[in-house]
Amino acid sequence: MTPTSNRYQVSIEADPKVPMVRMTRDFDATPAELMRAHLDPELFVRWVGPDGLQTKILDWDATTGGRWRYVAGRDGEEYGFHGCFHDVGDDRIVQTFTFDGQPDDVALETLWFEDLGGGRTRLHAQSLVDSFEGRDQWLASGMETGVEQGYAKLDALVAELR
Amino acid sequence: MPDDQLSRIFAALADPTRRDMVARLAVGDATVGELADPYDVSVQAVSKHIKVLSDAGLVSQTKDAQRRPCHLEAEVFDLMTKWIERYRQQAQERYERLDVVLAEMRGDEIPTDHRQQGAAS
Repeated sequence: MTPTSNRYQVSIEADPKVPMVRMTRDFDATPAELMRAHLDPELFVRWVGPDGLQTKILDWDATTGGRWRYVAGRDGEEYGFHGCFHDVGDDRIVQTFTFDGQPDDVALETLWFEDLGGGRTRLHAQSLVDSFEGRDQWLASGMETGVEQGYAKLDALVAELR
Repeated sequence: MPDDQLSRIFAALADPTRRDMVARLAVGDATVGELADPYDVSVQAVSKHIKVLSDAGLVSQTKDAQRRPCHLEAEVFDLMTKWIERYRQQAQERYERLDVVLAEMRGDEIPTDHRQQGAAS
């Protein structure tokens, strides 16, 4: 079968008023399947890490009030991440996210799976950080963080410029 | 590019009027008066917007000519959009991996996955 993955593209917005990034992406899957792929650690490690990095779960309690910790590594170099599952619902996950290399910084992430019908689901992911500087430095750092950057309407603007 | 300049670029482009001006300047250089035309704002207000864009390094104004046309520093702008595109691409790659995991969860055939096929006898 032909992979369908190239059909759906990530779209990104960064809120100009609060240091928040919003991202959407469609999937050929149900909200329940997407929840499982995010909450089951064996499924999660297979897709979360950047290509070429092995993700290893150290702690995982994907329930409301639970916590998570994993490391992504290659050739002895390891990057650790941790946070709490603040709320795990039927179609929504609220969690915190901290890169171990910057332990004072914490992002509040909300993932929401919108049922589009016909076996399709739209993932809405938003991430709120402490400051605009923090958000923009995250962008400049080049570190894989799970938080994506951009500005509202910038995609359209860039398209206009081409 | 230092982080604080990146922050200034983002702050400069957070304003819809300034984004419009950048789009206009991408077509070609324009004076402050020409930039003010489509908007219901004073030339002074446009000058303030141009100052924010200049401080961010996105726009320059020639000093010699009396018209002092504004010029978009396309390299700076491209650099920022490339950063954003790189991050978008990382997310795209991550979710394409998730597509494969989801397909396997449903039991769809994945061409590269021949594990334990026909092993039973």
